[in-house]
Amino acid sequence: MKIVQLLFLGLSLGSIYALIALGFVVIYKGTKVINLAHGSLMLLGAYVVAVVSEHSNFGLGVAAGLVTAGLGAIVAERVVSLARTHDHLVPTILTIGLDVLLAAELSRRIGTEVFSMGDPWGDARVTLLGTVLPQARIAATIVGIAVIAAFFVVFRMTDFGTRMRASAEDAETAALMGISQRRVAMVSWAMGGAMACIAGIFLAAFPNAGLDHHSGIIALNAIPAIIIGGLDSSEGAVLGGLIVGITQSLVQGYADALHFLGGNAAPVAPYVVMLAVLMVRPSGIFGSKELARV
Amino acid sequence: MSDRVARLLPWLLVLPLLAMPLYVDGSWLIIGILGMAGAIGAIGLTVLTGTAGQLSLAHAFFLAVGAYGYAFLAAGSEPGGEASGLGLPSTVAALAAVLLAGLAGLAFSPVAARVKGLYLGVASLALVFIGEHVLRNAAPLTGGFNGRRVPTLSIGGFELTGRNPELVVLGIPFLERERLWYLSVLVLVVSIVVATRIVRGRPGRALRLMRDSAAAAGSMGVEVRRYQASAFVCSSMFAGVAGVLTALAFQYIVPQYFTLLLSVTFLAMVVIGGLGSVGGAVAGGVFVTALPLVLEKFSTSLTFLADPGTGGLDATMLAHLIFGASIVLVLVVEPGGLAALGGRLRTLVRRS
Repeated sequence: MKIVQLLFLGLSLGSIYALIALGFVVIYKGTKVINLAHGSLMLLGAYVVAVVSEHSNFGLGVAAGLVTAGLGAIVAERVVSLARTHDHLVPTILTIGLDVLLAAELSRRIGTEVFSMGDPWGDARVTLLGTVLPQARIAATIVGIAVIAAFFVVFRMTDFGTRMRASAEDAETAALMGISQRRVAMVSWAMGGAMACIAGIFLAAFPNAGLDHHSGIIALNAIPAIIIGGLDSSEGAVLGGLIVGITQSLVQGYADALHFLGGNAAPVAPYVVMLAVLMVRPSGIFGSKELARV
Repeated sequence: MSDRVARLLPWLLVLPLLAMPLYVDGSWLIIGILGMAGAIGAIGLTVLTGTAGQLSLAHAFFLAVGAYGYAFLAAGSEPGGEASGLGLPSTVAALAAVLLAGLAGLAFSPVAARVKGLYLGVASLALVFIGEHVLRNAAPLTGGFNGRRVPTLSIGGFELTGRNPELVVLGIPFLERERLWYLSVLVLVVSIVVATRIVRGRPGRALRLMRDSAAAAGSMGVEVRRYQASAFVCSSMFAGVAGVLTALAFQYIVPQYFTLLLSVTFLAMVVIGGLGSVGGAVAGGVFVTALPLVLEKFSTSLTFLADPGTGGLDATMLAHLIFGASIVLVLVVEPGGLAALGGRLRTLVRRS
């Protein structure tokens, strides 16, 4: 049952991507910035997890990683907000600068090393419905679903979620109603950073080799996810993440049959899907359409 | 000082540029040539991002189209050669490669005209990754992972990027780099003139209005989609020129060069130079391209730099830290970049 195996693997990979994509979307909703430093924040979080869990235990490592990534994201948000401009491209370009800085520093620290996460799952495998799956990926799926569910509960049912949704809808009116835009911005970035850290842990865990200085680039796989789903839609981010994960897993699994695509086509396939979606629905599956037509 | 003189002042910089090959050696010339190629590519991006307000991370892809396009069109299919070619005359091939880059931009325009701003920026990531994949896998065209050799450019038997026939000026032998230097200066000047006309003229006004309000532009009779697409095509043709020059300078091109990092580098150039300013793009392009190369050249005498691969702070990494920091600093402190600083300097000169 190769197809079932691939679908399961794709879903678990997709739930990791969904976490990263959701981070992008939360930050975009909160501040209208596409955080292109997301990959480096993910790498920062996962790096701290690896270092701390080596010296103590995995649980402490995760806690330290989450806090670091969250704080890192808040610092990034503060820096981005320093640019007082009406040009909506500027903050996003600024995050590219932050990404270059953070990536250079992290790759200097990491060098040529490959870190293991010290996670409890190791390389254990589980047999499920006639398929063999890595335990770490099953954990990824469960944690992913739990975090995403918690996110939606916070977003839909708490006071704070209401404040965030109001700000995403109309920042100016929300500010006039007494909602602190600064707090909304900081919290949405912190949430994005923490989710990226969780995703980073699972991306470095088995069956992947571990964390090296290049791992941050994997976060870019969530870019097709947010474009497919719609930049300002949380549901879209989750759906997009799953589509990207399944696409990659299928292309990887059927690489022999898809030989004409060339070697190692899996990382590229989601971008092709993304271009196809853009042709049909320029604002993604769930994205809100822009009203001005010219 | 009168306005006109102040405006002509930058052109005086061309004179020392022309004398440069008589005074400095080849290793400096190659840095300059790559810097000028970077400047031309940056001009294309500043028109697109600064004037038209379209973020693009696909610039590396269009450079690759120019570079590989030239190599493919100009190379003769020699027996046993690693990659095939059409064997066109090299000047025709160079022009055709630039057109090819424009066509690649046009092919992307159904997407480019439909999505804009930030959306386009992240959507254009697709081109870099798909392009890199094609470069690695279309081995008959691109030489695959190992890349391919770039044929020399010549007009009527005179090699513009080679050493035949021999040429000695004022006792200095003019070899590949000296000749390519003059070609680059010429192409750079033409690019600056063309881009300035676009930015200051009617198309530039239309693009700026479109950037600020597409609806307003539409009601003024600007065909928004057509302009959006042509801004993209125009920017990719500049990238194509930069690609051809880069290929001629390297004489050998590999897919590993045309990655997302190159696109980000180009974005750094236009931001540091000041978005939308042609002069700023030139300054930013030269600075960002030359910095790592100059650091590397002096890495033996700069004792705080480690050797590459030893895990310490090497020249490339230091250059990255400087780019990253300059992007952040420029956008926070002086969003107009080097161009705004230059403008202030000019006002000072005029007042005194």
